[in-house]
Amino acid sequence: MIEFTFWDIVRNLLLAARWTVLLSLAAFVGGGIVGMVVLFFRIAKNKWSRRIASGYIALFQGTPLLMQLFLMFFGLPMLGLRIEPWTAAVLGLTFFASAYLAEIWRSGVDALPRGQWDAGASLGLHYLQELRLIILPQAFSITRAPTVGFLVQLIKSTALTSIIGFEELVRTSNAINNATFEPFKVYGLVALIFFLMCFPLTQYARSLERRAAAR
Amino acid sequence: MAFAWLPGALGDIAHGAVTTILLIAVTTLAGTLLSILGAAGRRNGPVLLKRAIGWYVEVMRNTPFLVQLFFIFFGLPSLGIRLDPLLAAMLAMTLNMAAYTIEIVGAGLDAVPGGQTEAALALGLRPRQVFIKIVLPQALKIIYPALTSQIVIMMLESAVVSQIAVRELTYEADMLQARTFRSFETYFVVTLVYLALSMALRRLLVTGGRRALGAGVS
Repeated sequence: MIEFTFWDIVRNLLLAARWTVLLSLAAFVGGGIVGMVVLFFRIAKNKWSRRIASGYIALFQGTPLLMQLFLMFFGLPMLGLRIEPWTAAVLGLTFFASAYLAEIWRSGVDALPRGQWDAGASLGLHYLQELRLIILPQAFSITRAPTVGFLVQLIKSTALTSIIGFEELVRTSNAINNATFEPFKVYGLVALIFFLMCFPLTQYARSLERRAAAR
Repeated sequence: MAFAWLPGALGDIAHGAVTTILLIAVTTLAGTLLSILGAAGRRNGPVLLKRAIGWYVEVMRNTPFLVQLFFIFFGLPSLGIRLDPLLAAMLAMTLNMAAYTIEIVGAGLDAVPGGQTEAALALGLRPRQVFIKIVLPQALKIIYPALTSQIVIMMLESAVVSQIAVRELTYEADMLQARTFRSFETYFVVTLVYLALSMALRRLLVTGGRRALGAGVS
């Protein structure tokens, strides 16, 4: 039996927290890129393209993330791809994030007055230029608070990847708990580490919200 | 893809779905009640209570549900509080949901014009009657759509409680795939069941809310 001092536990948890941070960032960036593509489909002029994007978003918002991760983990090998927990976790969270981010940004696009599009068109801009120069910058700027809020949700969601075997904070804490039999202390510390990661972002989102309301 | 195992598994899937429905039903009732008390306490309670509720909301909203669940199920026994899995799951889900709905209900309470309270007091109602009969119904009507989405989110979150061996839908899926070796197909079918459940739950809440709270609820 290995003896764990308090600082051993803390050190191991902090080392594992690096993977939680890395996974959150990878999923946020990946989700942002895929989410942009979904957004393009969601606000396109073509009715079918809008419907497909709505279906995609409804699918990811209407099923548990845990199921999405399981399908990724067990489904991709059926397509002949060799897959490890890290790949399944990043891909699963990327698609999950893309649906939510696309929907958040879509609400920003919808909130803009129709005149913004008309003004762009009257300046002779074509569709993509209108999006790039006029619509998207404003849409992103008014949805900054919910986007940061979603990042908090994403960080918390990385905990689920422990279930498909990715070695992040929660999985490491399970292992430490099995060795030390001190669940109160171990899970308390894990909660504290998550809190320290999420709380500043929550406060930041709140200040963005206040600033937006004051404008 | 092979689905020959499916007919024999329908019983297990249905059983799991019933437990998931039970979990969300209990959570919805207990969580809403708790959040009404919490939101009222945060506005009218003593300073210490206000501060405690504020911290409770922050802690629950900034930590993962899975960790809260493990803390309650594995951590509390060392304080002498031992809960069976189903009870622990219900407690964790209720406490988690309340943290979100305290804010939602609070926003609703703030949105009811102050004149409503003044008018009710002027009619001779006692403060408690004013809250229960005048302010709360109006607040609930305002926040009903937000409450509905939170309940659906909670239902999807409940998949996680399979990790402490509550025999709900995901737990049954785990058992099935271990028996059939058809992991992808099993989770695919169960995902569709969750999708149907979440759509049905949303529909039920919207029509039920329209009946209970009157027109204008979406």
